[in-house]
Amino acid sequence: MNYALDNWILTLVTFIPLAGGILLILFPRRDRDIRLFALVVSLLDFVLSLHLPVHFQCAQAGFQYEVNHPWIAKPNIHYHMGADGISTWLVVLTTFLTPLCVLISWKSIHDRVKEFFVLLLILETALIGVFISLDLFLFYFFWEATLIPMALIIGMYGHGRRVYAAVKFFLYTMIASMFMLAAILWLYAKTGTFDFTAIQGAIRNGQLENFSVAAPWLFLGFFIAFAVKVPLFPVHTWLPDAHVEAPTAGSVLLAGVLLKMGTYGMLRFNLGLFPEQSRSNAPWIMVLALIGIIYGALVAMVQPNMKKLIAYSSISHLGFVVLGIFSFTPLGLDGATFVMLAHGVSTGALFMLAGILYERRHTYEISEFGGLATPMPIYAAFFLFIVLSSIGLPLLNGFIGEFLVLSGTFGARPIYAILGATGVIWSACYLLWMYQRVFFGKVKHAVNETLPDLSGREKAALWPAAAAALVMGVAPLLWLNAIDPSVQAALAPFTQLASKVMGR
Amino acid sequence: MNNAAQMIPQAADYIRLLPEIVLSVFGMVIILLDPLLDERRSQRTLGTIALIGSLGALIATLFQANYPGSGFWNMIQVDAFSIFFHFLIAAVTAIVILTSYEYMEVQEIRAGEYYGLILLGAVGMSLMSSAVELVLIFIALEISSISTYILAGFRRRAAISSEASVKYFLLGSFATAFFLYGVALMFGATGSTSIKDIAIVLRSGQVPPLAYVGVALMFVGLAFKVAAAPFHVWTPDVYEGAPSPVVGFMSTAPKAAVFAVLLRLMFEARAPGRIWLIWVVAALSMTIGNLGALVQDNVKRLLAYSSIAHAGYLLVAFAALPDNGIPAAMFYTASYAAMNVGAFAVVSHFGSAGERYVTLEDYSGLGNRSPVLAAILTIFLLSLIGIPITGGFFAKFYVFSAALQANLVGLVIIGVLNSAIAAYYYLRIIVVMYMREPREEEVPVSPVPAGLGVALAISVVATIYLGILPGRVLEYAGRTAAEWMH
Repeated sequence: MNYALDNWILTLVTFIPLAGGILLILFPRRDRDIRLFALVVSLLDFVLSLHLPVHFQCAQAGFQYEVNHPWIAKPNIHYHMGADGISTWLVVLTTFLTPLCVLISWKSIHDRVKEFFVLLLILETALIGVFISLDLFLFYFFWEATLIPMALIIGMYGHGRRVYAAVKFFLYTMIASMFMLAAILWLYAKTGTFDFTAIQGAIRNGQLENFSVAAPWLFLGFFIAFAVKVPLFPVHTWLPDAHVEAPTAGSVLLAGVLLKMGTYGMLRFNLGLFPEQSRSNAPWIMVLALIGIIYGALVAMVQPNMKKLIAYSSISHLGFVVLGIFSFTPLGLDGATFVMLAHGVSTGALFMLAGILYERRHTYEISEFGGLATPMPIYAAFFLFIVLSSIGLPLLNGFIGEFLVLSGTFGARPIYAILGATGVIWSACYLLWMYQRVFFGKVKHAVNETLPDLSGREKAALWPAAAAALVMGVAPLLWLNAIDPSVQAALAPFTQLASKVMGR
Repeated sequence: MNNAAQMIPQAADYIRLLPEIVLSVFGMVIILLDPLLDERRSQRTLGTIALIGSLGALIATLFQANYPGSGFWNMIQVDAFSIFFHFLIAAVTAIVILTSYEYMEVQEIRAGEYYGLILLGAVGMSLMSSAVELVLIFIALEISSISTYILAGFRRRAAISSEASVKYFLLGSFATAFFLYGVALMFGATGSTSIKDIAIVLRSGQVPPLAYVGVALMFVGLAFKVAAAPFHVWTPDVYEGAPSPVVGFMSTAPKAAVFAVLLRLMFEARAPGRIWLIWVVAALSMTIGNLGALVQDNVKRLLAYSSIAHAGYLLVAFAALPDNGIPAAMFYTASYAAMNVGAFAVVSHFGSAGERYVTLEDYSGLGNRSPVLAAILTIFLLSLIGIPITGGFFAKFYVFSAALQANLVGLVIIGVLNSAIAAYYYLRIIVVMYMREPREEEVPVSPVPAGLGVALAISVVATIYLGILPGRVLEYAGRTAAEWMH
């Protein structure tokens, strides 16, 4: 079936937030109107983005809703966008989280409100663009464009050491992405195009001269940029700082979507363009992923700061994604993609919950709390639900992805899977222990006795996340049906590669 | 046709000089009118006349585009190349005049000679881009330089400004002498001062050794004017002392003009020994400029070092092959002019009376006190870093990819590393504006007057236009390479 909207949908979904942001600049400084407008724009974008999965042809491999127009003649840059199953759902994740971010920032952002929502909407556009660009230049363009609004959100609205965190975030990602730019330029110099599919075709047909010499370096160029974003051990150090200092909405989008840019990039570009190098580099990458899983979990365990704990748990969870991607099995990749989505929802929700507490007490220190279940029962219930989903309780979203990743990895390299599985145990330890210290027992500090429970607005922000966590856990096929064909397509060169190796 | 008739300029000759004529007429009218006007009213009136003059030059340039060819006995050449730079210089002049309206009032400087000198300086710069004869180029260079020497000293009450002027004058004359010496040697080596004839001699095979020396000396003179290392030492002091709009002017328009001369010399005249000369100077400028900027606390000095670094990036294009190098260099001058003139417009507005507020600390909390100005300055700074969606990105992109195609991998690596270093100090300004609390004593920010608003709007639009749709400008610049090389 063809809809007239199909040709426009990606452009609309990408640029509606930006248009909203530009309109917002012209708004008078009446904070309430600004918030409402931002909410309306982001909700509208979410509704529109649902067109993507609803009309997605799961039976068809390859990219859908493609648009391809020449943009700049020299260098040969096209406005080329398209979505496969993986990017479709990552786009929806982005549009899903943004309205929640608006809701959660309703009161906590009271200074320079206009700038905040303008930045948030610009950030949304850039994030969506990253996931659907099929022109390497366009991709780089959006990739860099995420950097500025995010750094400004951290630096302008964050807590104590926000400037340090913002600059560190900016420099880490910017310097790393220069390696990617170098690799992109090399590819352009040899192929004369930035088009992803064209470059992919040229590489597969062996049309590039000197490719075998350059390929390991190109692979690394892309990989460094993505590894910093994920973040993979040992380049993860910017993440805890950025998270702790960022305002709640910043953390939600950072953990929920920004980190996925890295794993998405590995899946799309490292695997898509350099299958042989991916395979040969997989062992050490998987080791780094494993270190990330275990190290992240262990460090999370000892954090006295709630937000830092969640930040380290992200490092651990994203380790699963990388492990799944470099297992090169359909199950592993399905699982990796699913973990990306699930982690976006549940960690996003965890950061919202932490932010709600911060609004009331202005601290993230776990020791400042205790016995909160008494004054805030509804809050405690939400928190528990999300913690369970993050741990990977069956029937909730975290379980599906991690299970798929581990079973996929087990098929390829059992020992990695066994070590990775310990991460699941660790996550139960640190999250439940944190939950126990914050919510159970007697109220330790008198100030906490009178903390108000969730307001209607806060519930409105949490319900969708909780509902999504449940639906994703009960009916994962709704997602996997679209994801699996794309994953199979991404893995096609690997099965050929494997049979080639076998044939010898 | 007899000899006497040949010596009379034709109508077409005048058309090919039209922008310069318009600018000179307006410049002289301003200087003559100045004593006749009441001092209070003269500011606005003279400024407006200057603005009309620069817009007139802009229109004359567009008109002139229909009459390509050479004029005045092959001394000047109207081609896509000269049109490009004429347009750029006239546009920058107009923006600077718009910026100066407010500045002159706030600083209480008499306007007369100021606007006159800006227009006369623009005459020299325009002429530099169309002159194809070395002696004429030298004269044009002098016209432009002498105006800027005086303009640098226009904050008469500030000792630092006079110091800037004298320093600039002394070192500048020294550099022009180098250029002139180079011209003489070139004449000795090739028997001509016409770029085209020199090209024919240099292309014909044996390159006389004297030509190398000539090129090197001319290059020294020109490198001084564009503030390329190691001939950059004057830059920070002069930029710090000179009035901010003038710095915005002299860091863009004369530089563009000198780069135009360099392009003609290096590519149209096919100067020998080009690559290594450029390689060293480009690498040095980028590195010295960026490292120097890292430790600056004064925004004007910081931008001075940044302009040294940008001269370095731009020079990288000169080491590349003509087909890519020429358009890349021209695109770079245009986008650098847009962002830098805009940045200095913000700096000059914010400096207020006596340019008191020019340190980084003064900018703290600007994002709160004047969100629009801060946002605009942020756009220029991001463009100077080279972030996508801004002209600065494509400028660097074209330059570095041109260099890559000429296999100058080493130079590109130095350039890319430098861009990474540069990000740090530009970001510092953004960080200070948005993320630092304003200091105790409130730094006042006056509302943006209309003239400045228009100037900023044009610069922002140009910066973003070049970052989103660079195609047309690049294509236009590309015609030059075709005209010269084929």
